[in-house]
Amino acid sequence: MNIIVCVKHVPDATADRRFESDNTVDRVGVDGLLSELDEYAVEQALQLKEKAGDDTEVTALCIGPEKALDAVRKALQMGADKGVHVSDEAIAGSDAGATSLVLAKAIEKIGVPDLVVCGMASTDASMSVVPAMLSERLGLPQVTYASVIETQGDQIRVKRDGDTSTEVIGATMPLVLSVTDQTGEARYPSFKGIMAAKKKPMETYSLADIGVDADQVGLAVSWTDVKDTTARPPRTAGEIVTDEEGSGAGALTDFLASKKFI
Amino acid sequence: MSEVLVLVDHVQGAVRKPTYELLTIAARLGEPSAVFIGPADKAAEATEGLKKYGAAKIYVVDDAEIRGYLVAPKAEVLQQLVEKASPSAVLIPSNTEGKEIAGRLAVKLDSGLITDAVDVQADGETAVATQSVFAGNFTVTTTVTRGTPIITVKPNSAAPEESAGAGAVEEFAPTISDAAKQAKIVASQPRKASGRPELQEAAIVVSGGRGTGGDFAPIEGLADALGAAVGASRAAVDSGWMPHSFQVGQTGKTVSPQLYVANGISGAIQHRAGMQTSKTIIAVNKDDEAPIFELVDFGVVGDLHAVLPAATEKITERKG
Repeated sequence: MNIIVCVKHVPDATADRRFESDNTVDRVGVDGLLSELDEYAVEQALQLKEKAGDDTEVTALCIGPEKALDAVRKALQMGADKGVHVSDEAIAGSDAGATSLVLAKAIEKIGVPDLVVCGMASTDASMSVVPAMLSERLGLPQVTYASVIETQGDQIRVKRDGDTSTEVIGATMPLVLSVTDQTGEARYPSFKGIMAAKKKPMETYSLADIGVDADQVGLAVSWTDVKDTTARPPRTAGEIVTDEEGSGAGALTDFLASKKFI
Repeated sequence: MSEVLVLVDHVQGAVRKPTYELLTIAARLGEPSAVFIGPADKAAEATEGLKKYGAAKIYVVDDAEIRGYLVAPKAEVLQQLVEKASPSAVLIPSNTEGKEIAGRLAVKLDSGLITDAVDVQADGETAVATQSVFAGNFTVTTTVTRGTPIITVKPNSAAPEESAGAGAVEEFAPTISDAAKQAKIVASQPRKASGRPELQEAAIVVSGGRGTGGDFAPIEGLADALGAAVGASRAAVDSGWMPHSFQVGQTGKTVSPQLYVANGISGAIQHRAGMQTSKTIIAVNKDDEAPIFELVDFGVVGDLHAVLPAATEKITERKG
């Protein structure tokens, strides 16, 4: 079985995230890392490999500048077999539509696998649309937001927590799978894993390598135009009281009444 | 005036409130056309409300053929309606399924997509969407520059306004490809109704976290006194105290109520991402250094197990 897991390098959510003057996300001046939600995708890919046996190969695929290689490296340290990094200056500023195009073309170049595994969202833009777009572009079934995954041969069944119901989705591989944080804690790279990762094969593709024209991607052809970004004004310090022998409940009730919530 | 398509979010013909908000927004941009995909015999139930909130036209698409398949067929339905009606925009509720439908539609139509809008206004002919990003730390305004703007809109982004529309019903029979029928819903368990408001639609949300120690009775008591929905932090969900459908935060639901009451929740960035845009925020926490206190309009440093039941009693008293 072949598995490609898509990983994104994102600005650290606990750092001071910001925008560049052209309204794109600052991906250079802020520390980055493998998106936490993609760690679950790597974990599930590795668990599926462990279940399926040794001839299964897990490829970690990432798009982004030089620094984004860190995300692939982390996936290799966790246990992925090889890495593919699509890097091209023209990609900077690409939106979800262009990103899904580059991913789809890169996947076709690598060879469409049995499973494309994604996280449920990125932790920066968090649109949650790339897995669905990828499925549309590759013409593969989408089995998304999986919280429990079961496979048998080329059949897959997942549990999906929808908005109004919990569903079981079934489909036949090849397909695009996205997994939630409910699938279970992602492993930490072991020392052995970290050392082994250094020797694992890593390929870098340019846009030309995967057959994408530079004028199909990037900020200039983005299908959306970000007009303006404004930092949220800091919340004005609220009133904090300490509960002493029941005073807290009274103060809380008075506040609710003053704001007409009761 | 051109049409603006609104995908109707409903459960067996019972239209959910965000749809009415979308119709109100659609009226700013053009002539609202509701798209009802569901059992044809449940459409009559839905049309009344859709009309009341301004739908000039209602496309009824019987889902007998596509019921039981995930997302892809609905994207095909919308694609065909867009080709037929040439709308000036497509508005879709920003939930799990809605965003995926929007993503596929954007690829099909080669059109720009904006997700999770918290407001949409017309600037001349252009739809300008406002989004709240980076855990609510930035506000971004965006327009679509290519194709038909596809915008997913979060609940509570507009106050639904009644404005009688013509509500002309038009049945539409789409052509669904076999490729769209590959991911099958083999079982479905509707969520049990709690009797409380929907988490994402509620005007007030009362949430509990690790500090509850697994006892949600004080949270539920206060929620019921305030007519609020109950939420939970990821810590409470991971501990198995509450189902995942109650989770507020980055990997759960994003809420933007008038009032959010966080109890025993420290306020990690992942939780903030789900509630930071709430209008008024209250926190009750034993730890006076919990980061949640940086966000609040009002905070109580104290034990939620003492403060909440006492407050609940006082609120009930005041209400008489």
